[in-house]
Amino acid sequence: MSDYLHDDMAALAALVPDGARLALIHDGGGVAMAATRALIRRRIRGLNLVNVPTGGLQTDMLVGAGCVASVETSGVSLGEFGQAPNFGAAVRSGNVGIRDATCPAIYAALQAAEKGIPFIPFRGLIGSDLLRHRADWKVIDNPFQAGDSIVALPAIQPDVALFHAPKADRFGNVWLGRCAETRIMAHAARETLVTVEEVVDGNLMEDDLLAPATLSALYVSAFALAPRGTWPLALPGFYPADQAHLAGYAKCAPDRAGFRRYLKETAFAGEPEAAV
Amino acid sequence: MEYRPEELLITVIARLLEGCGHIAAGVSSPVPGSAALLRRELDGGESRVSIIGHLDPTFRTDGGVEFFDCAGQGRIDAFFLSGGQVDGAANINLVGVGDYPRQRVRWAGSFGSGYLYYMVPRVILFREEHSPRVLVPRVDFISSPGVSEPDVHRPGGPQALVTTRCLFSFDRDRRRFRLESVHAGHTVDEVRENTGFEFDCPAQVPETPPPEPDVLQRIREVVAPQIAGPYPRFAERVFGIAPQA
Repeated sequence: MSDYLHDDMAALAALVPDGARLALIHDGGGVAMAATRALIRRRIRGLNLVNVPTGGLQTDMLVGAGCVASVETSGVSLGEFGQAPNFGAAVRSGNVGIRDATCPAIYAALQAAEKGIPFIPFRGLIGSDLLRHRADWKVIDNPFQAGDSIVALPAIQPDVALFHAPKADRFGNVWLGRCAETRIMAHAARETLVTVEEVVDGNLMEDDLLAPATLSALYVSAFALAPRGTWPLALPGFYPADQAHLAGYAKCAPDRAGFRRYLKETAFAGEPEAAV
Repeated sequence: MEYRPEELLITVIARLLEGCGHIAAGVSSPVPGSAALLRRELDGGESRVSIIGHLDPTFRTDGGVEFFDCAGQGRIDAFFLSGGQVDGAANINLVGVGDYPRQRVRWAGSFGSGYLYYMVPRVILFREEHSPRVLVPRVDFISSPGVSEPDVHRPGGPQALVTTRCLFSFDRDRRRFRLESVHAGHTVDEVRENTGFEFDCPAQVPETPPPEPDVLQRIREVVAPQIAGPYPRFAERVFGIAPQA
């Protein structure tokens, strides 16, 4: 049975240990931003992020707040608002380890973990500097056809997957809606934490129309209610991104004092100055 | 008929997409995305367009996992890539400038390029800035190579490079670009001066044909409102379409 934490973001954030390998969904997939602010508030440290398959505001904030040891990603940016300033600065300074990947390689490696297999063969990559800098990726011969080189990717099994979804029932079944990528994150990860827009009566798995897009409670360790939980990012199909807010972030975050002020007004809103 | 620079680029790319059944465009690609929509419009709706990040169900697959599986199976005929740097062998760099990993300039990352460049038959490289800092002799980091050795399964690769100055085609056997046409207001000498790599150049290089009046009309009436969905800021800047609240 999944643990229903009601609206307690601090309790949810407490379930992510320091140093965890944490899988996070891309900006269009339901990013758990309310929970992310709670992680920053709890001063989590040493996270090894896995962007599925890319990152944005969430990764940039966690990096800027000093929560991150390494990032495995296919790209971190603020989309139409440009480069992710904290991520860029951290990579340049060497303060954060970087494991550059390509989008489908991250999906494939999560799918290997879903199946409980140690690695998965993968096309592309050969001849790239992505491959050259990844000691954990190997080139093997196709055992079924001579003269065919192919990459072997080790499975990615995150310690924790964290995302936001439209709804859950009280059993912890989570309706994912259109975002199918969150399902492979949850299947691959040891623990999955979810925030939702609403908690509904009844059992989502008993509804023939909703069940195919529902993640079984089998995979969900804990879930919590967080209305508008992706703000200031969009929850596609439900509400758009807060464009003015994102533009404001892109403007203030490149400056250290500006970023601190941003954290004070968001993650640490309402807390005494000394806590920031 | 007067046209905007973006409208020429959209037209040039749409011409390169002729005969494609399924065209896909990625993130941060408003001009290629517009070109794909224009191609579909010119084909009477026969071609399919997938725009990553587009909410309209017409343009979507079942999320990223299926999208890349589609490409792996050969179900995507054309895609677009760009680069902070592109070199004369069509290697692209989306990662940064300087010695990896602590590069002095860090960009977002390689996105799907390390896979799609190999798998999609017709990849069109698009970069508005045509300067020696972008079109370099050798990229600092190969996000994805222009060509591969024979033991690498590679049904796909680069077909052309479109910039604000010109159109290059790419010859995969010779591993070189060839200057095909120069856009109105630009010259071959200027292209040479602003290109950091060697390329083939015929004695006579034609001017890129401007958008035909009916094509321009379809860009403005049909494509512009559609591209405003995934790219509201682009649609506002180029076409003056007010963003939706």
